[in-house]
Amino acid sequence: MSAIPAPLGQRPRGDKVRGTIFYVLLLISVAVGFIVLFTLIVDVVQKGIGYIDPLFFTEPNNPTNPQEAGAKPAILGTIYLMVLLLMFVVPIGVGTAIYLEEYADRERWYNRLLELNIQNLAAVPSIVYGILGLAFLVRGLGLGRVLLAGALILTLLVLPTVIVASREAIRSVPDSIRQGAYALGATQWQVVRRQVLPAAIPGIATGSILALARAIGETAPLLLVGALTYVTVDPSLLGSFTALPVQIYQWIARPQEEFRYLAAAGIMVLLAILLTMNAFAIWLRNRYQRRW
Amino acid sequence: MPDMESAPAAPATIAGLDEKILTERREAVSRTRRDVLFDVDGLTVSYADVPALKNVSLEIYKNFLTAFIGPSGCGKSTFIRCFNRMNDLIPTASVEGKILYHGTDLYGHEVDSVEVRKRIGMVFQKPNPFPKSIYDNVAFGPRILGWKRELDDRVERALRNAALWDEVKNRLKSSAYGLSGGQQQRLCIARCLAVEPDVLLMDEPASALDPISTTAIEDLMHTLKRDYTIVIVTHNMQQAARVADMTAFFSVEVDEEQDRRTGILVEYDETPTIFTNPGDKRTEDYVTGRFG
Repeated sequence: MSAIPAPLGQRPRGDKVRGTIFYVLLLISVAVGFIVLFTLIVDVVQKGIGYIDPLFFTEPNNPTNPQEAGAKPAILGTIYLMVLLLMFVVPIGVGTAIYLEEYADRERWYNRLLELNIQNLAAVPSIVYGILGLAFLVRGLGLGRVLLAGALILTLLVLPTVIVASREAIRSVPDSIRQGAYALGATQWQVVRRQVLPAAIPGIATGSILALARAIGETAPLLLVGALTYVTVDPSLLGSFTALPVQIYQWIARPQEEFRYLAAAGIMVLLAILLTMNAFAIWLRNRYQRRW
Repeated sequence: MPDMESAPAAPATIAGLDEKILTERREAVSRTRRDVLFDVDGLTVSYADVPALKNVSLEIYKNFLTAFIGPSGCGKSTFIRCFNRMNDLIPTASVEGKILYHGTDLYGHEVDSVEVRKRIGMVFQKPNPFPKSIYDNVAFGPRILGWKRELDDRVERALRNAALWDEVKNRLKSSAYGLSGGQQQRLCIARCLAVEPDVLLMDEPASALDPISTTAIEDLMHTLKRDYTIVIVTHNMQQAARVADMTAFFSVEVDEEQDRRTGILVEYDETPTIFTNPGDKRTEDYVTGRFG
């Protein structure tokens, strides 16, 4: 230790005040979102908790007696929709993403057009997809108002999201990995199959789950392709169906107070499924996070 | 180099080169039989029709270590990538002229680039291990070639030849990303050796490494020379002088009118000649550090 350093002065007062104001503003922004969500959840739980009983999961809807009404067809319908959706959207979405990232020649006009279209499709309102589903799947192809039509329309709805997320994941695999594999005499298919895809899977899975979570909350397109509200039988692929959001929508529209509580119970179940899926996506992301 | 300062350096020699070593090397090179492995004839490489490297002709001999040196932008990396057709992966790149390998034109119509890369391996500037275990990194090449028998032996042999076995034999199943930079680079070399190539191309293999790792890689090159033909690109002249039998000096030709910089081959000779008695003024300026 040699010379005594110059005394450290205080920061100018204005500097400090500005910092504090900014910090408070940040806290307020956080609080707004948090309080709204918290109030919503408390309200829903207060109303709905009394209706979460075994009957809710085992009985179909009962339009005359809310006490005995359940949501079994709706819950099953949502689960079936999710499974079908995953089966359709992951292969098509990942396939498109691989094509665009690994094979497509960016110079070609049709590839650029395709890219532009996908970006635009992600912003199209879901009701438009519903109209498309009604015109093309239900009437045009003559599928009728069935579960399969619902799953297909949800697939179209979230396909752009899955494609964008998968492309992002594939693009984040560094080029040096591809070069290393090519230099060992790998073909393009082997590079994609054995290096790029395994490295991109965590990102693809996270994106797909988040897209799925968005899809199961959708009501509008399902209403248009004919999700019914008075279904008492369990759903089947080519039969009429309903889903949780549709059931909630219908219950809320009823004049009787008790149906609102039933709707709250439905919202609780839907929220629980959504939170579980999001938590799983976050876990997956952290578990397989890579540093290059 | 312990007696670096006491060594009587010839006037036109780069600082730090040991005349005794050079003399020994000169004798060794002149004793070795010269079998032509690559015969490059009038090679020009262009990116989007702008030539990056013009009219290069030289011969590369079997079991020799050949170094390409020169300033940045002289096309030496572009050139080395022609030998295993890595430039094919860049859509705008085009190659004119011939590279005969065992008498066959590498760019002939009947030659498949994947087949070329199986025989001519490449190690890159930055270590690029795959995001897999150490074992799987080395086993990747044999697996894509369908060599499944005695895979363990093959992996061990490759790691031994890359002087890495003793350091990793107890953690073959752990991630390659846990290795140090120098170990990762030797792993990349082992990965190439596992497919039993004929030629090893190394594009500045030690430029991202510390001095100790660099020495390890250089020692390895000396050992590998017995069984392989090695071509390296280096910006480190001492390294070229230490390891190479033959050295090619590339330079940049600037076209002021069109604002184009094109790489050209200035001189190609035995390493000691290049460093002590170069035939071209530009080479002399470069190796003595007078390059402007």
